[in-house]
Amino acid sequence: MQDFGAAFGDAFGLLLGFDPALMEIIGLSLRVSITAVFISGLIGLPLGALLGVSRFRGRAAVLVLLNTLMGLPPVVVGLLVYLMLSNAGPLGPLALLYTPGAMIIAQSILVIPIVAALARQTIEDMHAEYDEQLRILGVGRWGMVATLLWDARYSLLTAMLAGFGRAVAEVGAVLIVGGNINHVTRVMTTAIALETSKGNLALALGLGVVLLLLAVVINAAVMGVRATAARSAHA
Amino acid sequence: MNYRRRVFLSVLALALTAMAGSALAGDRFITVQSTTSTQNSGLLDDLLPKFTAMTGIEVRVVAVGTGQAIKNARNGDGDVLLVHARPAEEKFVADGFGVERFDLMYNDFVIVGPAADPARVGGMRDAVTALRKIAAAKSVFASRGDDSGTHKKELSLWKAAGIDVALVSGRWYRETGSGMGATLNIGVGMGAYVLTDRATWIAFRNKGDFAIQVEGDEALFNQYGVTMVNPAKLRHPKIAWSRAFMDWILGSEGQAAIAAYRVDGQQLFFPNARPPGG
Amino acid sequence: MPFDEPRAGRNDRRVLPITASGLVLERAGRRIIDNIGLTITGHDISVIMGPNGAGKSVLLRLLTGLLTPDAGTVAWAGSGADRARAPAVGLVFQKPVLLRRSALANVRYALRGGSRAERTRCAEDALFRAGLAHLAKSPARILSGGEQQRLALARALAPDPEVLMLDEPCANLDPAATAAIEALIRDARARGTKVVLVTHDIAQARRLADDVTFVHDGRIVEQSPAASFFDNPVSSAGRAYLDGRLLID
Repeated sequence: MQDFGAAFGDAFGLLLGFDPALMEIIGLSLRVSITAVFISGLIGLPLGALLGVSRFRGRAAVLVLLNTLMGLPPVVVGLLVYLMLSNAGPLGPLALLYTPGAMIIAQSILVIPIVAALARQTIEDMHAEYDEQLRILGVGRWGMVATLLWDARYSLLTAMLAGFGRAVAEVGAVLIVGGNINHVTRVMTTAIALETSKGNLALALGLGVVLLLLAVVINAAVMGVRATAARSAHA
Repeated sequence: MNYRRRVFLSVLALALTAMAGSALAGDRFITVQSTTSTQNSGLLDDLLPKFTAMTGIEVRVVAVGTGQAIKNARNGDGDVLLVHARPAEEKFVADGFGVERFDLMYNDFVIVGPAADPARVGGMRDAVTALRKIAAAKSVFASRGDDSGTHKKELSLWKAAGIDVALVSGRWYRETGSGMGATLNIGVGMGAYVLTDRATWIAFRNKGDFAIQVEGDEALFNQYGVTMVNPAKLRHPKIAWSRAFMDWILGSEGQAAIAAYRVDGQQLFFPNARPPGG
Repeated sequence: MPFDEPRAGRNDRRVLPITASGLVLERAGRRIIDNIGLTITGHDISVIMGPNGAGKSVLLRLLTGLLTPDAGTVAWAGSGADRARAPAVGLVFQKPVLLRRSALANVRYALRGGSRAERTRCAEDALFRAGLAHLAKSPARILSGGEQQRLALARALAPDPEVLMLDEPCANLDPAATAAIEALIRDARARGTKVVLVTHDIAQARRLADDVTFVHDGRIVEQSPAASFFDNPVSSAGRAYLDGRLLID
């Protein structure tokens, strides 16, 4: 029978005592997901903004596609990335398989559509507000994209947070491309999967709560930054 | 704004170098494609640090089902294959993907089931007869269903019992398509009989009221083998390190370490590599 | 500072005279602009007046290149409106659209060329002239309605445009704010900027106009110097409008 009380106590004991193995896993989870969100921002924000300000034939179809890609199944993405990075695949020479780099790539693929779609919506709304004024100031398309992205930065932060939530919570992609290798590619979610398969259900649940706490802390921190910045410079 | 932009860009540059650094690790390691049973039993966590301490070579284990492990190795995504499906391993070598297969260690399979034992197979030795009784009673049975060594062994037993499980899949015969641990979780959850290797069972922490019901049959013998992947298939073959691993694990030290591994006082794996040259 | 050069020297930035001919714009089967031609030139204040729905705002947008007419042309100093010369045409909307940054940053955003320090100085000057120097670092969007409109005006004037167009700039403002805006408009004219003001406020038009263009139903119905229009409107529509009667047809 599972002793949930004891196991939860164990999990939090590890956390509060800064157990090195747990810290390593948490550290890797954060490193992988934050990097992935970063990359997704670099690619997804300008992409979403460009879509938000442009009008072209087939735009509706592109938007449908983008929104659909938000729901890419992580395990499918993991499989595709594995096939790319495998020694038998085209990108084999990069020797990225079973490294955090592969996990970052897979998570970036998952998060880019989210960031782009949410950015597109935010920017499109802001574009409606700013368009005439910016055009009369002589701002061209790329200038408009840059201005809108900067002015919408706090809303876009929320989009990035959504992407982070997705990245840090998924297990299917990182399991396949990372291999859940101890000390190398084991993150919170794959560790939870492993403990579950070993029957350590309560410990797995405890780790799950730790993961949730992590997400709460990060969200709170970002919201805090947003609040102070809003008070000082934004409105 | 200019100043903030500069700070932002330097943080960005720092982050990218950190990420790049972590992605391209250039240290000494080999990759072993193995099964969930060696992982979940804790054997590898116990064994491999000893090898690393001695040679300085890190061993990275990708623990998946046997079928996936073999497929990964065929793709050249591992240096060594350590699984328990002899015919598949020999085919692996015959097809040119492996250098040579060696017996490594053995343990046995057992059939575990709920304390209530609806099919009345508790205490039996003969696995095939027990399976016939389970089928006759239509008691729920949870299978790996994932082409693993355990799964292949299970199917061979059903075949010997003359029962076509494909016909009853979804009824009393439930294919989980998962690893051993996940299948045990599911089995315990539905009160189903499960064929499992002893090592995983002993190390398993969610036994509920389950116990070993059938054991001791010679047919339940479970042989593990280790094979070096053909360097010609690998893009960055680590021939010397892989060989060092093979020599160690098949040699006296590795074999002794395997024998020494215990969980709850029980030995889980029994080394049976033939001495070199024999 | 690039903006102290005499206007004559900036030949590549000339936009005046702005000439429109044969402008037509249709929306939903209705002609909003019905064959309008006019010329904007000089250094005084032209007021475009007319009842709501006459097409005044649309006309401004056509003249500044924000809208493309269905027929007819708009030319800036002989060639079509282009982005490079946009700073020479200032446009202030009825409702100011300000970026989510400080007042100073908003004005600086409108400036091109020179170093960042030069642009900052220029922006500070513009804010000073508009009486907003004390609000330079404030977030633009928390300013009052009147202050925001003054800021929008400062932003439009900062690049020292050849022509300043305003679309009902005081429609939402209280008298004090209106007075401040009108002072800035007079100031701009004094500095040599041509001003085109769209307003439905007859009193304001009387205060500011040098000449009046009266628009009704998408057409120019009357165009004359301010004094003669207000004392003696020629068109019946103009007369009715000044009398305070609603123009319905």
